[in-house]
Amino acid sequence: MREFDLAAFLPRFLKALGETGLMVGVSFGVAGAVGVLIALWLYASRPGNLLENRVVFTVLNAIINFVRPVPFIIVAIAVVGLTRLIYGTSLGPLAASFPLAIVASVAIARVIESNLVAVNPGAVEAGTAMGASPLRVLFTIVIPEQLGPLVLGLTYILVALIDASAVAGAIGGGGLGNLALQYGWARFDYTVILVVVLALVVIVQLVQAAGNRIARKVMH
Amino acid sequence: MSTAISFENVSKSFEVDGRRVEALRSVDLEVGRGDIFGIVGYSGAGKSTLLRTVNALERPTSGRVVVDGREISSLTGPALWKARRGIGMIFQQFNLLASRTVYGNIAYPLALSGLGKDAVLDRVEELLDFVGLTDKALAYPSQLSGGQKQRVGIARALATRPDILISDESTSALDPETTGEVLELLQRVNEEYLVTILLVTHEIDVIRQIANRVAVMDSGRVVEHGTVYDVFSNPQNPTTRRFVSSVLHHEPSAATLESIRAVHRGRIVQIHVENRESNDPFLSRVARTHDVDFNVVYGGVDELQSRLFGSLTVELLGDDDAVDAAIHDLRSITAVREVAHA
Repeated sequence: MREFDLAAFLPRFLKALGETGLMVGVSFGVAGAVGVLIALWLYASRPGNLLENRVVFTVLNAIINFVRPVPFIIVAIAVVGLTRLIYGTSLGPLAASFPLAIVASVAIARVIESNLVAVNPGAVEAGTAMGASPLRVLFTIVIPEQLGPLVLGLTYILVALIDASAVAGAIGGGGLGNLALQYGWARFDYTVILVVVLALVVIVQLVQAAGNRIARKVMH
Repeated sequence: MSTAISFENVSKSFEVDGRRVEALRSVDLEVGRGDIFGIVGYSGAGKSTLLRTVNALERPTSGRVVVDGREISSLTGPALWKARRGIGMIFQQFNLLASRTVYGNIAYPLALSGLGKDAVLDRVEELLDFVGLTDKALAYPSQLSGGQKQRVGIARALATRPDILISDESTSALDPETTGEVLELLQRVNEEYLVTILLVTHEIDVIRQIANRVAVMDSGRVVEHGTVYDVFSNPQNPTTRRFVSSVLHHEPSAATLESIRAVHRGRIVQIHVENRESNDPFLSRVARTHDVDFNVVYGGVDELQSRLFGSLTVELLGDDDAVDAAIHDLRSITAVREVAHA
């Protein structure tokens, strides 16, 4: 085992941290918007609900169930062509955020939808009776009424994304996962692995704590 | 009196597990402006379904529902959303928005109608004062009692100054004392804001307390309707009789009558009692005229819409001919029914 070279490690670590941040940040931002919208659509098109539509519901449901069980690494490889088309390359953190966003969108859609199903139907009915349009009910009643569980669900996905980003790193995305593999595992430098693992643990703890805090704050 | 809501041959059916359920069968009913109109029935009678056609939460399979001269059952989209703002609704489970304060709940419909912030503030304060919850403006629904929640529900329903308020079992989740408070508030809504109230309940007592008109529903049909006084004092349909006898105990049950008979072996009559124009002591006068004695063995008198009505069960003792003559005289004054011997 070689001597741990902090001076060489630190810049690599910071660069990897930045890459992970970029991958997770971009994919979470995109997937958050896309996933929540799909979840709302799925919820609203459910039979008997605000915008009941059996076709939309069945199709969305089928798409989600199709993508969800596919392991992330397979998704990442499968969409390589599309990634190249969009970014011009399949390498680097930005390119890696594309398959991450796909997987996260689907996961968020399912997690958020199962939260929305639990919204008090009485509150929805009251909104409809007061003359709010279905879209207005979705955004001013359904989401606010379930905001706490929604934040916790998003936190869960964010943590899962940090996890998946390490895999993305392995196939060219860079980031902390890549650092651990390339400089730790491949060179038998277990200190690097240890530091990366500790860094991930700390990041996940911070994210979860922040999520819990926000959720508590929005629940009454 | 003009009509606020009219149901014209309204039927509604839907399928449950492949079976066709007739929730409403050819309902014809008119609710006059200014009425407190009560619809009573057992659960499953279709009363909630009927109520929910008023703001098109349910749509009839056939027939029309006309509210304020407009056929609401044919409206869709923005026209429907706008029409709904003219109809307040309150619910059994209050249906407040848990994520908003009391203030936020009452302000919600005002924001929907595009009112400015200052106007919203004024209106919410006025409503909070009306329902007596000024000090709870910043509380969340979870911090309120049931009665307070329903008062917020009422304030919210009145926010956009609707002409019509519909109430779906709004007191059924409340204890009797709180029920009384909420009913008093609804009465004030009717009197001070001139709001027509259509309420649905399975508690006939709610209707006795505040309604002026009543419809009784059974298996999707209106089986009897009229003024509360008429329906309560002279119920025709068996369902109506069951409801009325559960709150007005003017006449003895069969079991009670039997135990009365064990002691009182004379002829027993039931004498109808209502508001009278003179203070003629007709019972004792008739008894004295025919040399008959009497025992009051059962009875009750209630006030309905500021009118008295009730029944006295009386044992008449004397010669058969004299008793016959006494009954004849009593019948010229009020309704009398002889109770056959067991």
